[in-house]
Amino acid sequence: MNRTVAHLTARSLLGRRRALMLLALPAILLGLCAIVRATAGSDPAINVALLGGFGVGTVVPLLGLIAGTGAIGPEIDDGSVVYLLAKPVGRPVIVRTKVAVAAGVVAAVAAVPTYLAGLVLAGGSGRVALAFAVGALVAGTAYCAVFLLLAVLTPHAVVVGLLYALVWEALVGGFVPGAQVLSIQQWAMSVAEQVLGSGPTTVDAAVSVGSGTALLAIVTVGSIVLAGHRLRSLRPRAGEG
Amino acid sequence: MTVLTLDSVSRWYGNVVAVNDVTMQVGPGVTGLLGPNGAGKSTLINMMAGFLDPSAGTVTLDGTPVWRNEQIYTQIGLVPEQEAMYDSVSGWAFVLANARLHGLPDPADATSRALAAVGMADVADRDLATYSKGMAQRIKVATALVHDPQVLLLDEPFNGMDPRQRLQLMELLAQMGAAGRTILFSSHILEEVEQIAGTIQVMVAGRHAASGDHRHIRRLMTERPHRYVVRSGDDRTLAAAIIASGTADGVELAAPGGRAATGRRRSVGTWHDDGALHVQAGDVGQFVRALPRLASELGIRLHEVTPTDESLESVFSYLVDR
Repeated sequence: MNRTVAHLTARSLLGRRRALMLLALPAILLGLCAIVRATAGSDPAINVALLGGFGVGTVVPLLGLIAGTGAIGPEIDDGSVVYLLAKPVGRPVIVRTKVAVAAGVVAAVAAVPTYLAGLVLAGGSGRVALAFAVGALVAGTAYCAVFLLLAVLTPHAVVVGLLYALVWEALVGGFVPGAQVLSIQQWAMSVAEQVLGSGPTTVDAAVSVGSGTALLAIVTVGSIVLAGHRLRSLRPRAGEG
Repeated sequence: MTVLTLDSVSRWYGNVVAVNDVTMQVGPGVTGLLGPNGAGKSTLINMMAGFLDPSAGTVTLDGTPVWRNEQIYTQIGLVPEQEAMYDSVSGWAFVLANARLHGLPDPADATSRALAAVGMADVADRDLATYSKGMAQRIKVATALVHDPQVLLLDEPFNGMDPRQRLQLMELLAQMGAAGRTILFSSHILEEVEQIAGTIQVMVAGRHAASGDHRHIRRLMTERPHRYVVRSGDDRTLAAAIIASGTADGVELAAPGGRAATGRRRSVGTWHDDGALHVQAGDVGQFVRALPRLASELGIRLHEVTPTDESLESVFSYLVDR
C-alpha cells in the first residue's frame, strides 16, 4: 500500500461528477426501501428481492464498476498514469492500493447503505441487514478488483463491465442456471445465505458458501495479481510522434 | 557518469516499424533528438524511459536494463509529451505528490527546490487547470526534477511555450547538462536543438539518420543538393547561362502547359509543370550568388526564385537516402 497513491486515487474517485453517481445509486436504494416499507410493510420475499436483487444484484455491481474502473481507467486514458508509473513504486503496490481505495469507497456507498436499507425493511431484529451488507461488501470488493483489471486491459472497460454485470449476471444468470455458478453476485449471496442462517428471510444462492467464498477470494486476488502484472507492461496509449 | 545505451533497438507495431535498428549512446550533457513528426522520437523516448519494450535490441542505463525495472526511476526523470496531469490540485500539491511517490526524505523541501528551478514558485498554489501551456510544461519539468535525477528525458518540451519560457527552459537544461547530468530532449525544430544540444541525434522515418554536434548536422543539411524554381523574363537564355557558369548540377526548362522543352518531363518530387526553370544546385551558396549576377549581365529580369524542398522532412530524408 502506498499512501500517496491512495490519496490521489481517492481524490480522483470522489472528485468531479463521479461522486454524484456514487451517491445517487445508494440514495435510490434507500428511498425505494423506505417507500416499500411504508406502503407494503415488511415482507421477507420483498426484502430479498430489494436487498438481494436490486441492492447486491444491481447497485453493488454498478458502484463496483464506477469505482473499479474509475480508480485507474481515466488516468490510463488521458496518459497521466505515467506520473505514477515513472516512480520507484512497484506496479503491484499501485494496483493493490487502488483496489483497496475503490473497495473502501464501495463499502461506504454500497455496504453501509445496504445495511441501512436492511434496517429500514426488516428492522434490527434478525440478521437481514447484516447479511446483505456483508454480501454487498464481499461482492463490492470482488467487483472493484475485476473491473480495475478490466480497465488495465482495455479502454472499453466500462462497456465490457456493464455487459458482464447486466447481461451475464442479471439476464443470462436469470434464465440459464449454469451461468449463475460463474457470477460474483451468486457467490456473494452464498455468503449472505450463511450469515442469515435459518430465519424467516432466506436466500437461495446457486453455490455453497464454501465454493462461493473460495471463488470470491480467487477472483479478487487473481485480478489484483494479474492487473499488477499487466501494469508492468502497460504501453502508452497516446499517439506516436 | 550515467550513460543510456541503445543497442540495435527496433520497435514495431504489427507491420509498422516505428523504430528501426537504432544504436546510440546518450551520455552526460545535453543531447537533442531531432526529427520530423512521426520519425519515431516518442517511441524511442518511451523505450528509453522503460515504458515500452523494444521488439529487438536492448536499452540499458549503465548496464542495467530499463524495461520492467521500476527502480530505474530513482535515476530517470521523464517529462511526457501529453498534457494531462491530475485535475483539481495545485501545482504545489502535484509536484509534492510526485516527491512523495519517489519516497524522498523531505518531499516538501524537494518540491520547493524543483518549483524554484523552473521558476514556478510564485504561482505554485494555483490550480493546475488555470495554468497556461508553458506553465503546465514547467510544472511537468518540476515533477521530473523533484528527485534530482541523473537522467532527464523530455518529449517535445518546447511545444506550446512562448519564446521567453522557451529560453528559460533552455537555460535550465543547459545548466543541468553542464553540471554533468544526462539530458535528452526531442524536437522537430533544428534551431531549437542546436541552441543547447552538445550532441544531436537525427531520426528520420524510424532510422537513426545522423549524429554529431550542431555544426556537423548543419553542414550535412546545407551541403545536400538544393532545388529551386526560377521564373524570369527569358528562361531559355538564363538556363544556358546557368549551365555554362557551372554553378548548378542540373537545369530543366519546363514549358507552360506541362510540355517541357526537353520532351516529356519525368515527374520529380515537388517540381511543377508550370513554365519555369527547375534548378538543382549542389553548392547552394555558389548558385545563389551567381544567379543575380548572370541575370543582370544578360539583362534578364528575375520574377521568382523559390527553394522547393526546404521542409524538414525532405532535408532529413536526404540524410537517410545518403
